[in-house]
Amino acid sequence: MLLIRGGRVLDPASGTDATRDVLLDGDRIAGIAPHGQLASRAQGAEIFDAKDLIVAPGFIDLHCHLREPGGESSETIETGTRAAARGGFTAVCPMPNTRPVNDNASVTRSILERAAAVSPVRVWPIGAASIGSKGEALSEIAAMKQAGIVAVSDDGRPIATAKLLRQVMEYCRALDLPVIDHCEDSSLFAGAVMREGRQSVRLGLRGMPAATESLAVARDVQVGELTSCRLHIAHLSARASLELVRSAKAKGLPVTCEVTPHHFTLTDEDVQYDTRFKMNPPLASREDRDALVAGLADGSVDAIATDHAPHEAALKDVEFDRAPFGVTGFETAIGLALELVHAGKISLMRMVELFTSGPARVLGMQRRIAESDPADLTIFSAEHKWTFRAAESASKSKNSPFDDREFRGAPMATIVAGRIAYRR
Amino acid sequence: MPYRFGHMLAIEPLSAKEILFLLDQAKPFQEIQRHPLKKLATLRGKTVALAFFEPSTRTRVSFATAASRLGADQMNLQAESSSLKKGESLLDTVRTLEAMKPDCIVMRHSSSGAPDFVARNLLLPVINAGDGTHEHPTQALLDALTIRDRRGTLEGLNVTILGDILHSRVARSNIHLLSKFGCRITLCGPAMWLPRELECLVPAGASIRRVVRIEDALEGADVVLTLRVQQERLHEPVLSIDEYILQFQLTPQRLRIAKPDALVLHPGPMIRGLEIDPAVADGPQSCVLDQVTNGLAVRMALLFLMIGADTSSERDSSHAAD
Repeated sequence: MLLIRGGRVLDPASGTDATRDVLLDGDRIAGIAPHGQLASRAQGAEIFDAKDLIVAPGFIDLHCHLREPGGESSETIETGTRAAARGGFTAVCPMPNTRPVNDNASVTRSILERAAAVSPVRVWPIGAASIGSKGEALSEIAAMKQAGIVAVSDDGRPIATAKLLRQVMEYCRALDLPVIDHCEDSSLFAGAVMREGRQSVRLGLRGMPAATESLAVARDVQVGELTSCRLHIAHLSARASLELVRSAKAKGLPVTCEVTPHHFTLTDEDVQYDTRFKMNPPLASREDRDALVAGLADGSVDAIATDHAPHEAALKDVEFDRAPFGVTGFETAIGLALELVHAGKISLMRMVELFTSGPARVLGMQRRIAESDPADLTIFSAEHKWTFRAAESASKSKNSPFDDREFRGAPMATIVAGRIAYRR
Repeated sequence: MPYRFGHMLAIEPLSAKEILFLLDQAKPFQEIQRHPLKKLATLRGKTVALAFFEPSTRTRVSFATAASRLGADQMNLQAESSSLKKGESLLDTVRTLEAMKPDCIVMRHSSSGAPDFVARNLLLPVINAGDGTHEHPTQALLDALTIRDRRGTLEGLNVTILGDILHSRVARSNIHLLSKFGCRITLCGPAMWLPRELECLVPAGASIRRVVRIEDALEGADVVLTLRVQQERLHEPVLSIDEYILQFQLTPQRLRIAKPDALVLHPGPMIRGLEIDPAVADGPQSCVLDQVTNGLAVRMALLFLMIGADTSSERDSSHAAD
């Protein structure tokens, strides 16, 4: 047993915001009650003093890349999930663009077996929508669902055609799986390396307009309407895309979206030939960034997801236009989200929702602090001052644009299935 | 020495004062080009590494000649013969060069920002000889020297730049340089290569405009800078050469719209009959050969300033701030 004593429990699912003790027994939550009331039941329990800390349901990251199998020089399931635990995440959803692609049940099972052996957090794989994510034939989605995938996506690239997307969505609707799409119109993308705008013109780097994303979002929303399948827009970065999601939601369509910490924090003005600022979708304009923050605040955005995309130094230490897209994100996500809280842009409760019940809803799950629910908790401080050093990260890769950034607020403990997976 | 140049990566961060200093330093080197014996011993014992990762003839020969005339030795690396073809990274290639102990590296690369990346990773001074579609600082300096010689000043001129502005590093460097001297800059070319964001290259208050009709763009021009039409870009997006000639070729008739003594500049290599009519290229207003000669003077001045005077210890100590 583990008694988490005296913390400020923030549970968006029940609206709880109060000082509570939480008792964990085995892998389940055994009780939640005002301070002191669980003492008799907690005889002999290990005590975790959560005074001045926030106790929240376990954080979920809907979007990450663990690189295993095939990309172990950049990250492994072990290093990636350790970084996730340090970042306060109790569950992470790795995208299927590994080598081989996670497009069949045996790859899914091998990922889950590896995770069971080495991961301190839950790993909920996302399966490829098409074989090899090549956009041609449907992958073995039903078999992967039996093996344990929680969604499908061809992330790294969009689901190739409207026709294929429709088939995937019809199929996934029957299987009750959400379809996650990396929205990008490839003809507008055309070899771009950053967002088109003043900065791309100044730097002489090939830019893509915001419409590269929003055109694809429009396609997806309309195809989604044909099928009634749940559609989730990955790493949404443009105001125009957000407006499409808003209007879809207003129509009652099952459309959700996520925003990454780097997109709600940085803008294209931060790009200076430093490949740590190169990711896809690229950093957006200030106007778009502000619109994303507004979407996080007003509920249009369902989740914060890291799109943790590690790349070993040899891949990133190259000319800007030759570097692969992607930045690491597990260990800086809470700190960056708290920047929005401290700036008064979103409430602490809303922030917790974006990491817990929000992403859970996308996956058709619940995330809350309630008796007999899984004992997954994220305990964090909204005040603890620290500096992120990429070199000290648990991730095998150090490609973070937030190296040396000072944060106010940090994950203090990550509890998965009743066990302390990480403690600061 | 009042100004030191740790690197020469771009015109954008330089001040007008620094640019004028560089141009003044080029004066004596212009003289030398007229001497029967052109070789100096100023940089004897120094080595200039020329690392051209993109095919180049004139800029490479110009830098090589500038180095020779200053008495410096050279290391030559060309894309064709480089180990990049064998899969070596840019960083490993330039670190190998650095280990051979040159005093500076002159580099051209097809990726915008590549010299910036190299400068962050080496302790050597880096001179950008053209990076992707970003900047070509020595070209803008030699253009400025040419204009100042003919006009006596850089201040307040009407400058028209013609061509594929978006993809031109020559245009960017010239826009940055000339706007620092209060020039009124007019950009003209096919509309898809003339995005609105180009107007944001210059500081607020500087004069820059985009014009679609060449006749409007040339009105009142003191200087007409014609860019090379990069035929490899004409297919993206598709634009026929004939269409370009029809709308944007600098012809004698069109040039008459500019001021009678307007200067015509071209960074080369020039494609006669495409972006420029041969009669204009060879006409009295053309400065193209002066530009080439001035290129030597500017590059000699730059090499002299960067590695000539014994500032190596100073440079080492100041490197962190570069």
